[in-house]
Amino acid sequence: MYSAKVMDHFTNPRNVGEIPDADGVGTEGNPTCGDVMQIFIKVKDDRLEDIKFKTFGCGAAIAVSSMITEMAKGKTLDEALTITKESVANELEGLPPQKMHCSNLGADALKKAIEDYRSKKK
Amino acid sequence: MRKCYFDHVATNPLDNRVFDAMEPYFMENFGNPLSLYDLGTKAKEAIENARAQVAALINSKPSEIIFTASGAEANNFALRGIALARQNEGKHVIVTKMEHHSVLNSARFLEKMGFVVTFLPVDKYGIVNPDTVKKSITKETTLISVTYASSEVGTIEPIKEIGKIAKERGIILHTDAVAAAGNIPVDVKDLGVDLLSLAAHQFYGPKGAAALHVREGMRIVPLIYGGIQESGRRAGTENVPAIVGMGQAAELAKSEMTGRIGQAKKLRDKLIQGASGIENVYLTGVPPMADKPENRLPAHASFTVEFIEGEAMLLLLAAKGIYAASGSACSSKALKASPVLLSMGVPSNLAQGSIVFTLGKDNTEEDMDYLLSEFPQVIKRLREMSPYAKGWGTKGEGGECTVRK
Repeated sequence: MYSAKVMDHFTNPRNVGEIPDADGVGTEGNPTCGDVMQIFIKVKDDRLEDIKFKTFGCGAAIAVSSMITEMAKGKTLDEALTITKESVANELEGLPPQKMHCSNLGADALKKAIEDYRSKKK
Repeated sequence: MRKCYFDHVATNPLDNRVFDAMEPYFMENFGNPLSLYDLGTKAKEAIENARAQVAALINSKPSEIIFTASGAEANNFALRGIALARQNEGKHVIVTKMEHHSVLNSARFLEKMGFVVTFLPVDKYGIVNPDTVKKSITKETTLISVTYASSEVGTIEPIKEIGKIAKERGIILHTDAVAAAGNIPVDVKDLGVDLLSLAAHQFYGPKGAAALHVREGMRIVPLIYGGIQESGRRAGTENVPAIVGMGQAAELAKSEMTGRIGQAKKLRDKLIQGASGIENVYLTGVPPMADKPENRLPAHASFTVEFIEGEAMLLLLAAKGIYAASGSACSSKALKASPVLLSMGVPSNLAQGSIVFTLGKDNTEEDMDYLLSEFPQVIKRLREMSPYAKGWGTKGEGGECTVRK
């Protein structure tokens, strides 16, 4: 059902955890639908110095979270905002069609985390 | 790596002895049972022998058994066939919220055809109250269909009591016994049911063979039209090897049932005890009771694990060689949480953590020890990743647990 890449990120997820003094936090999803993703970011010189996640959800949801943290780490905020659901799915060598929307919440959670950081900075 | 198959409600492995019985009917005795020469007669005799074996399993008569290709077909046939045959007497059908999709979707088809369908609620254990059945009956009611046992939560329904009510009112009663027949004693006469569905692959027979018991003298509209097979009630050249396999599997199930039940219960109770000791893990369905007649399937243990999701649990368990099932939204292609759990009042976020283990005759004490050592680790690992590890709350900051012990 899942690509080898999805299984790799699901079974060995990267960047799991919380950042206690995070500069921004973004949460997307709803436990009654099945998936909730929480992304914590640490920003330095407009770059994502650190990024961690916590996810309640299926294999795809966890793999998406892990992948997007890898993709975003080290990028400038504007670069990170160009990451889309599609680019995460492509990096994971595809997601099953029924998982494409409900479990692919990483890009939205990241966007919210960056918005959170920017709104606090103002 | 150890392989532990705990998903016997999905399907069972084929028993060697069943395979041996089937084998001659693939190539050697390949005849069409309708053919008049010896090859045909041999095939015809084989399916009639299987019919007697299947009838014996549920205390039915061979003439009351109609072979079908699946349990789903048997359920479709029962609902549509009886509702249509009796539509001049009334157009109301009663089913429950515990039913398999093959019953629910047949009922929805009948609704589209102009029938009125009542979907009965259940209590927190998934049990249908016979009084609720009684109160739902109208002058128009012609058919009641209640599952014998739920494959999702293992709950056994009070069919015998519902049978009495149906009989008093002259209503036909069908039970979907796919999860029960061959696993626990099922007796159509004692239950007072008119129709009963069963499937071979739920008791170590092959896939592609199932049956509908239809009480003698009842009219039923066919689902498949064609030739005179199955007394004209189910057309199509018979799947002879599969039917032979179903017969053999039924005979073995009947003779070995007591032993299989005893072994399953022992392992099931060990699992329920072990898993219930893990924090925020809850049994779904009826707790086993040692000294009472049980209304839980002997090989069935189902749980909800709070703060994590079922599909992720399944995949991590599978990576350890442990095979189980889940009713979570993510593990279903429809992406909807189990309607059975929701109808039992399980909150939808908790239903996401559904996990179902169904044991079989080849599972051992060592398999159970292995599961009980791996399962808590899988739960721990996923909870470490979950934002809700400390409780639901609005941001996972540690609100109330959904269920408190």
